[in-house]
Amino acid sequence: MKVVTARTLDEALAALARATSESRLMAGGTDLIVEMESGRTRPDLVVDVGRVAALRWIRVTADGLEVGAGTTCTDLLRSVDALREADILVQAAREVGAVQIQNRATVGGNLGTASPAADLTPVLFALDARVRLRSAGAARELAVDDFVTGYRSTARRIDELIEAIVIPPRAPGERRAFRKVGTRRAQSISKVVVALTLDLGPDRRVRRARIAAGSVAERTVRLSHLEAALERGVAVNAIAAAVARHVASDVRPRDDVRSTAVYRSAVLERLLVRMLSETLS
Amino acid sequence: MKPVFEEAAPVELTLRVNGATRTLRAPPLRRLLDVLREDLALTGTKEGCGEGECGACTVLVDGEAVLSCLVPVCQVSGTEVSTVESTGLASIQQSFLAEGGAQCGICTPGMIVMTKAWIDACRRDGVAPDEDGARLALAGNLCRCTGYGAIVAAALASARGGGAP
Repeated sequence: MKVVTARTLDEALAALARATSESRLMAGGTDLIVEMESGRTRPDLVVDVGRVAALRWIRVTADGLEVGAGTTCTDLLRSVDALREADILVQAAREVGAVQIQNRATVGGNLGTASPAADLTPVLFALDARVRLRSAGAARELAVDDFVTGYRSTARRIDELIEAIVIPPRAPGERRAFRKVGTRRAQSISKVVVALTLDLGPDRRVRRARIAAGSVAERTVRLSHLEAALERGVAVNAIAAAVARHVASDVRPRDDVRSTAVYRSAVLERLLVRMLSETLS
Repeated sequence: MKPVFEEAAPVELTLRVNGATRTLRAPPLRRLLDVLREDLALTGTKEGCGEGECGACTVLVDGEAVLSCLVPVCQVSGTEVSTVESTGLASIQQSFLAEGGAQCGICTPGMIVMTKAWIDACRRDGVAPDEDGARLALAGNLCRCTGYGAIVAAALASARGGGAP
């Protein structure tokens, strides 16, 4: 195995130009070191971008809130801009691991690993975030929903890295919510995680709904049937019925070591009813 | 079998550990935990789970608490690492002794280092240390003897400066 410790973006991109499908990017290492320790991952090349300062920044532009991929959860918790522009992203960062993990785990790593249990990724879905990818020769942007393609798989090409996440400006009537259910206050891998944004018109009707969930499918997913139902119009007293009717079309949680399908379905429905009722009333 | 992260060719690294400059050769992805315990003979830092769940291996890197089982040593070159052996932690250790905040002892070094990080964060943010804050700060550190009451009491005593210097 070869390790390239990059100090600049150009060094990282030059190393990635020689990467294979077995190569891995490493930022905080909180996932990759465990994967290597267990033997599940045996990379031929590790490109260490953990100390590339050009990937670690937060700024507000005309496009919205831009967050460098190397930004840690702790960086988000300390950022006034992040709290103002992306409050539920900060809320989710507070629930990632514990302080020791928050000090190391990055926004780009959480998204790029594409774990179905990732805590930040449902928030990025709900906020309609875009993913800025860069390789030595080119740059491109994808909607986050198109970036995450399956269980631990993404549309990132092997010579690319995530440079930044772009979160569009908040709509005037936009309301947001985030909830995570795990086994303990810290260090828990989600059993169910939900993030949503509802853009409400002056008549309080839902103009646009974005609802995303983690740990309930092989990847982070949008609940598009439920979104469409809300956009067609659901009275506050009919939320529970709408959730019961549409969620099963959107996801079918499975049993695994952390939870059962029955538990996950019940918790997902309860979370959605509670979050939607609070957000709409 | 040797873990894959030990395979890459060793590199020379310099860092400061508990105030002393140390230069060593190690594979770049060797875990900071192993460098501390095996290469530098600082065995105060314990390995609990080895996968980032338990907090036993917590150390400070440039003042920030991290899990040394998840930190590749190449990412700490040029930094200041503080372990439970750091003399700056003596008064917190005294508080843990006075309050009985240790049973089998495996989690204790991580609890002591995390208490230091919590007290520093309270000072930095201008927050008064209280029990809720201590429990939240220590939430990533497991004690399988379940002696949390005395551990939290020790953390609070440390924040009040109760330990002998």
